[in-house]
Amino acid sequence: MQIKHSPMKWLTYFVLFVWAIISLLPLYWVFSTALQLPNYVEADPPKLIPMGIVEFFTHPENRSLILHDTFAGFQQLFQSTNIWRWFFNSAYIAVVVTVGILVLDTMAGYALAKKEFPGRKLFFWLIVGTMMIPGQITLVPLFIMVQNLGLMNTHWALILPDLSMVFGVFLMRQYMLSIPSDLLEAAKIDGASEWKTFWTIVVPLAKPALATLGIFTFMNVWNSFLWPIIVLNDADLYTLPVGLKTLQDQNLAIFKLLMSGAAVAAVPMIVVFVAFQRHFIKGLTLGGVKE
Amino acid sequence: MSSPQATEELTKTQLDAKATPPAIRRKSLLREMWKQRAAYLFLLPKGILFTAFVLIPVIWAFVLAFQEYGVFGSEWVGFKNFKSVADSEAFRTALWNTLKYTVVTVPLQVLIALVLATLISPLGRRAQSFFRGAFYLPTVTSMVIIAMVWRWVYNYRYGLFNYVLGFLGVPAQDWLNQSNTALWALIIMSVLIPPGVGVIMYLAAMDSIPDSLYEAAKIDGASEVQRWWRITVPLLKPTTLYLTMLSLIGSFQVFTQILLMTGGGPGHATETLVSLIYKTAFRDLEFGLASAQAIVLFVITLIFGIAQYWLMYRKAED
Repeated sequence: MQIKHSPMKWLTYFVLFVWAIISLLPLYWVFSTALQLPNYVEADPPKLIPMGIVEFFTHPENRSLILHDTFAGFQQLFQSTNIWRWFFNSAYIAVVVTVGILVLDTMAGYALAKKEFPGRKLFFWLIVGTMMIPGQITLVPLFIMVQNLGLMNTHWALILPDLSMVFGVFLMRQYMLSIPSDLLEAAKIDGASEWKTFWTIVVPLAKPALATLGIFTFMNVWNSFLWPIIVLNDADLYTLPVGLKTLQDQNLAIFKLLMSGAAVAAVPMIVVFVAFQRHFIKGLTLGGVKE
Repeated sequence: MSSPQATEELTKTQLDAKATPPAIRRKSLLREMWKQRAAYLFLLPKGILFTAFVLIPVIWAFVLAFQEYGVFGSEWVGFKNFKSVADSEAFRTALWNTLKYTVVTVPLQVLIALVLATLISPLGRRAQSFFRGAFYLPTVTSMVIIAMVWRWVYNYRYGLFNYVLGFLGVPAQDWLNQSNTALWALIIMSVLIPPGVGVIMYLAAMDSIPDSLYEAAKIDGASEVQRWWRITVPLLKPTTLYLTMLSLIGSFQVFTQILLMTGGGPGHATETLVSLIYKTAFRDLEFGLASAQAIVLFVITLIFGIAQYWLMYRKAED
């Protein structure tokens, strides 16, 4: 489709830019409020930029105070909350789960895609079947299990169920169907062991799917909220989203502090997205295309 | 390593499978399993986790729904929990709210994605990737953060929403704390969060439509709008159905923003199925009842899903 008329073109750009603003405004607001001078945070009408930027030039005599006030939210956050701890918890749980999922799901996906063994169909349909079931169904049984295993209020309670998610197995299987079996046969004839064939041939060929699965797993774990607020009740063990919720519950009125916390939680995901944008897009279209 | 002789024998036994007595067939199955032992070892680690933390909990959920759960043992109560679900005023309200939310947000989310993708698709490569990124970025940030910002947007005294509506002469409202506006505030928020996933999927699907179709239509004198309506929209049908499905499942499970913005209140004005399940299980500790509610949610989702598939196949035959 070619847009010929220039008025149409301008209208198109106008509509898209308005939506882009609506889309990015919440994130912009997080950073803008985090850096806003405290006396403007609740201004009516709302101030659209951190006023410190303006006052820095209009009131040169107060520069050090303005700088101090601009970053006061972050200072308070690092001094009076466990934000570093939460950040560290979120990061290491996300890394552990991502690495684990990549290893487990690549192995399982490989077996389902490339091995003819009795029970293969049953395994596959079990996985597809449970993918359709909403997560809320298992909430209560998982809760009882975690309690009985004595894992309540530990990070294991988050890591183990996350490592059991099946979407990755499905994704890896779909991708590995395209690996030519001749290659694997050739390796076998050359006398390579199963394990060696897997690591030297299968894994390198599956790299694009690994990148996609890794990114989506990391993002989901980093942002997960419902299960962590149920099983964690020790502030030292909180992940970022849980920590942010408790901050909100305690300091309803301190928007600047809340938004500073939100900024700390948002930055890593924004960086990951900008760095791996291609894989995000690939991953989305990979999941949606029906063979 | 098996000798070629063994494999030959095996294919023969497979061919004669129907003719061989079961005892021998069982032996060859075991032999086949032993031959493929590597496959089972590859599956084993995930298999154990999957069984422990997915399969057993799913089965258990269905068992729990027929029990009265107690710390010192559970007793069977048959369909009592489901009866309580059917009779409960709170559940009806939650179901009604969830349906209201779904009926408004799902079509709008899909439609907005289609319109945005249509506008983006003729643009140059750089403009395309800019807008794609702009619409997808909020999707990667936690709903917790988005909900925090929107709480401020709807703030009675200094929120953006009242400020913008002030220009239109609409009096300021406390949107999230009035039972007649709270649900609508959440619906508006869901519609205005850009459908990043939808835009990306539609764009990918549009890319795969051959240009020759458009050229042929052009020669036949079809206008741009006609070409879009007659070629693009019908060919995007599978994507539309897939996105509707995703959006449906998502809106049946809406929860995070409810918990953070209204807590289901005021009263039960913004109670949804999942927020009710959450309260039943973890505030009232009624595990059996919560499981029954979750299963009802699952069945409703399933019904909608099957209806979708049915529409898809029927449409495919047209």
